[in-house]
Amino acid sequence: MWTFILRRAIQIPVVLLAVITITFFMVRSAPGGPFSSERQLPRHIEANLNAYYGFDRPLLEQYGAYLVQLCQGDLGPSTKYEGLTVNEIIGQSFPVSLQLGLAAFCLSVIIGLPLGIYSAYRQNSVFDYSLMSIAMIGICLPTFVLGPLLSYFFALKFGWFNSSGWYEPKDIVLPAVTLGLYFAAYIARLSRAGMLEVMNQDFIRTARAKGLSEWGVVVTHGVKIAIRPVVSYLGPALAGMVSGSFVVELIYDVPGLGRFFVLGAINQDYSLVLGTVVFFALLIVIFNLAVDVILGLLNPKQREL
Amino acid sequence: MTVSMWIEMKSICLRLFYFCLIVLGGCSGGETVVDRANRENILIIGNASDPQSIDPHILTGHNGGVVVNTILEGLIAYHPTDDTLPEPGVAESWESFDNHSRWVFQLRKNARWSNGDSVTAHDFVFAFRRMLTPELAAQYAELLYIFENAEAYNRGELDSFDKVGVKAIDDYTLECRLIGPTPYFLLMLKHTAFSPVHPPTILKHGKISDRFSGWTKAGNYVGNGPFVLEDWKLNRWIKVRKNPHYWDHEKVRLDGIRILPIKEQNTEERAYRAGQMHRLYELHLEKIPKYANSGDPEYYNDPFFTSYFYRINTTHDGLKDKRVRQALSLAIDRKLIVENVMRAGQKPAYRLTPDGVSGYNAALVLKYDPDEARRLLAAAGYPNGEGFPEFDILYNTLESHQKIAETIQQMWKTELNINVGLKNQEWKVYLDTVVNMQHDISRAGWIGDYLDPITFLDLFRSTNPNNNTGWANESYDRLIKESMQVENMEEHFRILEKAEALLMEEVPIIPIYWYTRNYLMRPEVKGWPPKLLDYQNMKYVWLDVDSGETP
Repeated sequence: MWTFILRRAIQIPVVLLAVITITFFMVRSAPGGPFSSERQLPRHIEANLNAYYGFDRPLLEQYGAYLVQLCQGDLGPSTKYEGLTVNEIIGQSFPVSLQLGLAAFCLSVIIGLPLGIYSAYRQNSVFDYSLMSIAMIGICLPTFVLGPLLSYFFALKFGWFNSSGWYEPKDIVLPAVTLGLYFAAYIARLSRAGMLEVMNQDFIRTARAKGLSEWGVVVTHGVKIAIRPVVSYLGPALAGMVSGSFVVELIYDVPGLGRFFVLGAINQDYSLVLGTVVFFALLIVIFNLAVDVILGLLNPKQREL
Repeated sequence: MTVSMWIEMKSICLRLFYFCLIVLGGCSGGETVVDRANRENILIIGNASDPQSIDPHILTGHNGGVVVNTILEGLIAYHPTDDTLPEPGVAESWESFDNHSRWVFQLRKNARWSNGDSVTAHDFVFAFRRMLTPELAAQYAELLYIFENAEAYNRGELDSFDKVGVKAIDDYTLECRLIGPTPYFLLMLKHTAFSPVHPPTILKHGKISDRFSGWTKAGNYVGNGPFVLEDWKLNRWIKVRKNPHYWDHEKVRLDGIRILPIKEQNTEERAYRAGQMHRLYELHLEKIPKYANSGDPEYYNDPFFTSYFYRINTTHDGLKDKRVRQALSLAIDRKLIVENVMRAGQKPAYRLTPDGVSGYNAALVLKYDPDEARRLLAAAGYPNGEGFPEFDILYNTLESHQKIAETIQQMWKTELNINVGLKNQEWKVYLDTVVNMQHDISRAGWIGDYLDPITFLDLFRSTNPNNNTGWANESYDRLIKESMQVENMEEHFRILEKAEALLMEEVPIIPIYWYTRNYLMRPEVKGWPPKLLDYQNMKYVWLDVDSGETP
C-alpha cells in the first residue's frame, strides 16, 4: 500500500509543473495586459509599472523567477487587488469556500448516496422512477436558476435567511443547498447505477442463499462495491466544491475563491490566475490521491494499477 | 425485513424534516440587517466590487474613490449639494495669484490624522512627491502634471522634487505653482489623486515608491477623513467608523458606514429588498423600466458625468472622409436608442460633454437626419451605400453594448444601405485592439475626473494616449492648449465650446448617450442629493430613522 501511495505521490510534482508551465505561457500569450484600461497610460508610466512587477524581463526569466518564488510558497502580488498578495487572497477566501464546499459535499453525499442505493434496491418502482426523474431535473437545473429561486422564496418571501452575503452562520444554508443539490442528484444516479450492477452479481446471490439478512446483503456486501464509481467521482467533485463555484458565489455574494478564477483571468491578473490554478490543481491531485487510496482499500486489485 | 428498512428510513426522514422545521423556524422573522444598522446609526451601501486599492495614489476606479473619500480628505472636499462648488477640506482658505497660475492654501490648524498627528503642508508635499515618484508608477500621476515641472519629475528627467511647483511655506501654508492659469484648479483638487497621506505611516511600512506595503491594511491605515478604516474583508465588506480626531467630527452624523462589494446587480437588488442595505450601487439594466414605471419612491435616476460614444478609426479607408463620418452620425436616432433599447433614463448625447457644468453651453449640434446622411454619403462617393467598404463595430462583451451595436447596425443598413459587421471581444483583448488601432469603430465610455469639459475634450488632443481615433487637428490642439492658459472660467468655457463644436464637426467620435445612475435608496437616508460625479461627502449624510417606515 505504501509503495502504491509513494508511486502516486511522486507523480504530483510532475503534474503540477505541467499545469504551471502551460498556464503561465497561456496567460502570457493572451492579448492585453494587467495594466490595460480604458484610460490608457502614458508609455513611461506603463513602463514603470511593468518594471515594478518585473514584467519587463524576458519571459523565460520571469518563468524561472516564478518557479523559484513558488518553491518558497510565495504566489506573488495581485495586480488587480494591489496591496494584497495571492497568498492573502487565497488565505481569506479559501476558508469560506472550504466551509461552503464541505457543507455542500456532506449534503450531497447524505442525500445522494442513500437515495441512489435505495432506488436501486427498489428498482423500477414508483419511488425509483420518481427519484431518478427528480435527480435528472436536479442535474439539468442550473445553479443560476435554482439559486435565485431559493433566494427569492426563502429570503425575500419567508424572510428565513439573508438573500446574500456571508455575515452569520445561517448564511451558509442557501448556497450549500444550491451547490449540494446538483452533486446529490449526480451521486444518486451514480450510486444507483453502481448498486444495480452489484445486485445482479453472483456473490450477492450467494450471500442471500447463505441466509444473510437483506440489510446485511445490501449494506455489507452491495454498498461496499457499489460506491466505487461514486468514490472515484467524489475526489474531483470535492475539489470542485471546496475550491468555490463562481456562479453560486455571485448569486449569494459569497466571498469565496471561485470568483478569483474567473475575475483573475478577465483582469489578466497574472499572479492571481496562476496562484488559483496552482492551488486548484494541488487540491485535485491531493483529492485524487485520497480517492486512489480509498479505492485501493476497497479493492486490493486497484493497488496494482 | 424490507418493511423494517422502510420504517427506519421513514423515521430518519421525519427526524430530518422536524430538524429542518426547527432550524428554519428559528431563522425566520425578527429585525433585518438594516433595522439593526439603523439602531446602530450605521449606513450600509453597495459598491459593486472591492476597490483596486485604498491607497489614494494607486486606486483608479470609482468604487475606490467612494471608500477613500470617507477616510481621507484633501485640500478641497466634495460639496454637500453642488459639485461645481469647492468645499473647504483641510484648506480653510486659499488665494490665487498670477492669473490663477499660483495658488496659496492656508491649512486649518486643527486638522488631525486619525492617530492624532497634525495634518501639515509638508504632508501634502510628501503625498504629491509620492504620487509623482516614477517608480511608484501611479496611473493617475498625469492629473498632477498641472504642477510646474511635475511631468519632468514623473518621467525621471528631474532628480530633485524641489523644482516641482509644490512647496510648504510653513506647516500650514502650501504653495502650488501651476503650468499655466488654471481657474478650475479647485475642482481638480477634489480628486483622490490629490489626497494627502501620512508620511510616517508610509515610511514605517516601506519606501515612498512601494505600490504595496502593509500601510493600507485595517489597523495600520492612518487617514484624516471623517471616518477611519475599521475592517476590510475581501469581497465581504469595508467598514469605517467615525473618526474622533477629524477636525469637524461634530458635524459627522453617522457612527459608521459598511460598504458592500456586491458584484452581481441582481444579487445586490435582492439584498436591498431583503433589508440588507440602505442603498444599492446600480440597478440591473433590465430592472430599471419596471422601477421607473412603478413610481417607487425609493428609485432614483440621477445624471452622471459620463458619456457613451463610438470611436472611429479615421485612418481606415472609407472612414477618412469627414462626410462619411458625419453621415454615420446623422443616421443614428439617439432618442430611439435611449427610449427603446436602453430604457434606463439615459439622455441622448447631442455632443460629447454631458450636461451639468454650469456656464458651459456648447451647442447640441448632433441630430438625426437620415436625408442629410444619405446626401453626405453620396457626396463622399457612396450613393445609396454602393461600394462602401466593409467594417466592424467592436465592443467588449456585454449585453447592453451588443444591443446598441445591433441597433446602430440596423439603422445604418436601413438609412444608408451599408453593411456593418459586429465584433465582440473580452475586455482586455478589446482594449488591446483599440490601443493598437486595429478597430474600425469601437464603443467607448468615459467618466469625467472632475467637473470641467476639459476632462472629456482633452482626450482627442492629437498627443493624448486615449485619442485612439487617429484624428489629429492642429486647430483643436491649439484650442485645448489655449483653454488651459486663460485666467477666467467664462473664457475657458468659450474656448472649449469652440473646441467641442470642431470635434462634433469633424466626427472622429460619435456620442450616443449620457449615462445616468439608477439605484434604490431607503427613505431614511438623508443628505444624499444627486451628484454628477456620484461622490458624496459622507459627513453630510445621515439616517433619519423616523422617516424610514416604509408604507
